[in-house]
Amino acid sequence: MPRPGFVLEVDRATPPVLMWHGEGFRLERLPAERSRVVYAPEPLAPLPDPDAAIRRALLEPLGDCPPLPQLLHAGMRLTIAFDDLSLPLPPMRRPDNRQRVIEAVLDLAAEAGVDDVVLIAALGLHRRMTDAELRHALGDRIFDAFAPHGKLLQHDAEDPDGLVHLGKTEKGEDVEVNRRVAESDLLVYVNINLVAMDGGHKSTATGLMSYRSVRHHHNVRSLQHSRSLMDRPRSELHSSSWRIGRLLAKHVKVFQVETTLNNDAFPPQMAFLQKREWEWSVRDRATFLAASNGAALLSPAARRAVFQSVLAPHAMTSVQAGEVEAVHEATIANIHRQQLVDVEGQSDIVIFGLPYIGPYNVNSIMNPLLVHCLGLGYFFNMYLGKPLVRPGGVVILSHPTPWAFHPVHHPSYIDFFEEVLPTTTDPVEIEKTFEERYATDEWYRHLYRTSYAFHGVHAMYMWYWGAHALEYTGGTIIVGGNRRAVRRMGFKPATTLADALEMAEDVVGRGPTITYFRAPPLMLAHVH
Amino acid sequence: MSISDRVGPLGLGPARGSRERGSSGQGAEGPALDLALGRLREALLPSTGKLRPPWPFPLGAAPWPPSVPRPPKRPDLGVNYATDWARRYPVRLARAAWTELVTRPLMAAIAQPSTEGLDRFESTEAPVIFAANHSSHLDTPLLLSVLPERFRHKVVTLGAADYFFDSRAKAIYFAFSVNAVPIERVKVSRSSADRAQALIEEGWNLLIFPEGGRSPDGWGQPHRGGAAWLAARSGRPIVPVHIQGTGRLLPRGAKRLYVGRTKVTFGWPLYPDLPARQLVGRLEDAIAALADEAATDWWSARRRAAQGATPPLTGPDASAWRRAWALGPSPKDRARRRSPASAKRWPAGYGS
Repeated sequence: MPRPGFVLEVDRATPPVLMWHGEGFRLERLPAERSRVVYAPEPLAPLPDPDAAIRRALLEPLGDCPPLPQLLHAGMRLTIAFDDLSLPLPPMRRPDNRQRVIEAVLDLAAEAGVDDVVLIAALGLHRRMTDAELRHALGDRIFDAFAPHGKLLQHDAEDPDGLVHLGKTEKGEDVEVNRRVAESDLLVYVNINLVAMDGGHKSTATGLMSYRSVRHHHNVRSLQHSRSLMDRPRSELHSSSWRIGRLLAKHVKVFQVETTLNNDAFPPQMAFLQKREWEWSVRDRATFLAASNGAALLSPAARRAVFQSVLAPHAMTSVQAGEVEAVHEATIANIHRQQLVDVEGQSDIVIFGLPYIGPYNVNSIMNPLLVHCLGLGYFFNMYLGKPLVRPGGVVILSHPTPWAFHPVHHPSYIDFFEEVLPTTTDPVEIEKTFEERYATDEWYRHLYRTSYAFHGVHAMYMWYWGAHALEYTGGTIIVGGNRRAVRRMGFKPATTLADALEMAEDVVGRGPTITYFRAPPLMLAHVH
Repeated sequence: MSISDRVGPLGLGPARGSRERGSSGQGAEGPALDLALGRLREALLPSTGKLRPPWPFPLGAAPWPPSVPRPPKRPDLGVNYATDWARRYPVRLARAAWTELVTRPLMAAIAQPSTEGLDRFESTEAPVIFAANHSSHLDTPLLLSVLPERFRHKVVTLGAADYFFDSRAKAIYFAFSVNAVPIERVKVSRSSADRAQALIEEGWNLLIFPEGGRSPDGWGQPHRGGAAWLAARSGRPIVPVHIQGTGRLLPRGAKRLYVGRTKVTFGWPLYPDLPARQLVGRLEDAIAALADEAATDWWSARRRAAQGATPPLTGPDASAWRRAWALGPSPKDRARRRSPASAKRWPAGYGS
C-alpha cells in the first residue's frame, strides 16, 4: 500500500534534505522550528494488465459516446492525434502509453476495415519530434507502418494550406485547426496526463491549433487569472481552451483517450530520489554520493547526456476513453489520487529545487527562460486552493541556470534573452511590445516548420507562464545560478541557500516560515 | 520539543539552549565548558535520545524524524523470512563444506567435546527431533559438529524469529551456517508448526531447544511444548540431548569466549506414544537424567532416576546467590587461579 504524501515539520534532528539542482543534487539543512518539507506520495500500484484496461476503456467509453468500434467503418477518415515529446517527464520506458493505446485503436480500425488513417503528433507550437523520438513514443510497429507512407505527420501551426478556420467562440476566440483533423470523420486523441493541467479540451485546443487560436489562452491575462493552472475550474487558460475545444467538437467527432501515470519517475538505480532521506539504505547513500560527485566531474554536455538518457519506469494507473469532458473528470480524479498532498496554510518563503528536465528541454538544454518557466510557471502552480507562499512572499529556486541555449531548439529564446529582457521583465509590457514581432518573424517561422525549433512566440510564452507568480510574490532568488543570467531575468542570485534565506528576510521580515516543496516526484499541494 | 527538553531526563544537565536562557553569574570557565558539553550533546543525541551514528548523513544513516511513524517491520523478516534457498542443493553443499572445514575444527578447538550415547539412536530411522538444553550460542554448532554423519548435514535448526531473523544479515548467516528456520518462541503458531512439519515430511531432522531461549543464570528453564507437540503431530521420535559446559564458555551476555571442555550426552529416543502434554514432562525428565549422567555416571544416574531423585535441570530451589554458587567457579576465576597475577611478572631475581 503506497504511503500518501505528507508534511514534515523540521526540527533540529531533521537531516539535510535532498534538493534538485539541475543536473545534480544538494543536501540542504533547513532552519528548525519554522520550516516544513512537503513530501510526495509514493507511486500507486500500476494497472495489472494495461492492454486489457485500454481495450475495456475503448469498448466501455465514458459520457455520451458509443464504443469505439461503433464509430469505425470502412471508407471513413480517421485521425489519431497524440501528445508530443513534452510528456511524460522524464520520457518513459518503452512501451510508452501512446504506443499501447494507438496499437489498440489501430487493431479496432483494422477490424473495421478503415483504410484512411493518419497519425498526427499534436505539437502545438512546440518543436518537431525527431524520427527516433517518434519511434520511442509510438513503437517500431506503428512507426514502420505509417512513417514511410507519409501517414505519420506532425502538426504545423504555420502551414497556410494545412489549417482551417472553423469560426469563433462566444468570446470571440478564433478556432483554427489542423485541416486533416477538421476534415476527419473521427479524431481519436491519445493523451498522457502527467499533471492536472494536461488533457481535456486543452489537448486539442493547444496541440492541433494555430497561433491565431493558441494566443487566446496563452497570454498574460489568462495566466495571471489561472489560480492555478492545475485547477481547471479556476484556470482562465482552461476556460478558454474549453470554449475552443467545444466548438471543435461541434465540427468533428472527438474520441478522447486519457491515461494517467504513477509518479515512479526514476529507475531503481536512482531510488534515493524517490525516498525520504531517513529511509535511505547504504546503497542509496552510496548512489547519492556517487551520482552527485560523479556528475560534478563531468563536462556540462556529458552531464546533460547522462541525465537526458534517464528513462522513467512510469506505469499506467488508469485509462479512460470516450467523451472529452467526462473522460477528463475521471482523469483528474486519478491524478489527484496519486499526487494530492494536504498542506495547512501558507508560508513566507517557498523553495523549489529544479531538476534537469522540463516539458520543453527533453533532449535539450535547460536555458534560463526554461528555469523561469519551470520554477515560477509549473512548480509554483502545483497547488489547489492557494499558493504555498503568501502574497508578497519569496520564491527560492535552486538551479545552476547556465547562460546556455540550444541553438536549434530554442533560437527565439536567445533573441528574447538578449533583446527583450534587458529592456523589460514585465510580462504585460513584453506582450504589448514584442509578441507580434516574434510570432510573425519569418525566420523563426521557417525554423519551426522545417527544422526542430520551437515557434518564435514560444519564448514569450515561457515568460508569461510565470506571470501569476511574478505578480503574486515579492521576489525570486535563484541559488547557485549564473549570476548574470539570474540578474538578466530580474531575479537575485545567491551562492548558498543560507544566503538566499538571509536575503529573503529583507522582503518578508525576520524569522520567516519556509516551505520546501520536495519535487520531483511530482505532487499537487492542496493548500487549506 | 527542543534538544534541551530531550536531554534533560537523561541526566546530562541542561543543554546549551537552556543555559543561554537561564544561567548567569557562572565563572569564566563555566560557560566555555557548558558550551563544549552542549555541542557534544547535540552531536551525539538526536531526538530519539540514542547515540547518533559516528558518520554524518549521508555517510551514515539519517535519524528518523520523531513525528514520522515508522512503517511496520519488514514483512519478509522475522517469522516470515523465507529460508527455502538455504536448502537448495548448492547451498547444502556449501554448508557441508562450512560445517566440515570451519564449524567442526573450531568447535574441536574451543569446546573440545566428548560424546556419550551415540549408540542409543544409531538404529533409529531419520528424521528425528533433537531436543537439547540451551545455555549458549555454542550449543547449535557444537551439537551439529558431533552428530553422526547421516544426521549432520540433514538437520534444520529452529531459531527464534525475533532474535536470529530480525535483520537480513543475521537471517542469511544463520540460514546458511546452521540451516536455521524461524519460529516464534512464545507460541507455536500455525504457520510455524506447519512449516516445521513440512520439513519433517521432507526428511529433515529438526534441532529444537524446548526451553525457548538460552539460560539466563546457567540453570535450565521449564520446557515449552513445541518439541513434544511436533513429535506428536508428525509421529517422529525425539532424541533428548544434554549439553554440558557451553554455558561456561560463552554464557548469555558474555563479552568473550573461553576455551574449555564440553560433553554432549544423547539419550534413548522417546516415541510419541503419550499425549503431547505428558511427553513434555517425559522429555524434561530424560534431559535431567542425562545431565545427572554427565555429572556422575550412568549407573548412579539410573538409580536416582528410578527413585525419582534426579536433580532438576532448573537448579536448587534457593536464593539467587545460592543458585549461582551451586554452579561453581566461573571460567574467569579458574583462569585467574591457573595464572596468578604474580606469574605474569618478571621472574624473581631477574636482572639482580
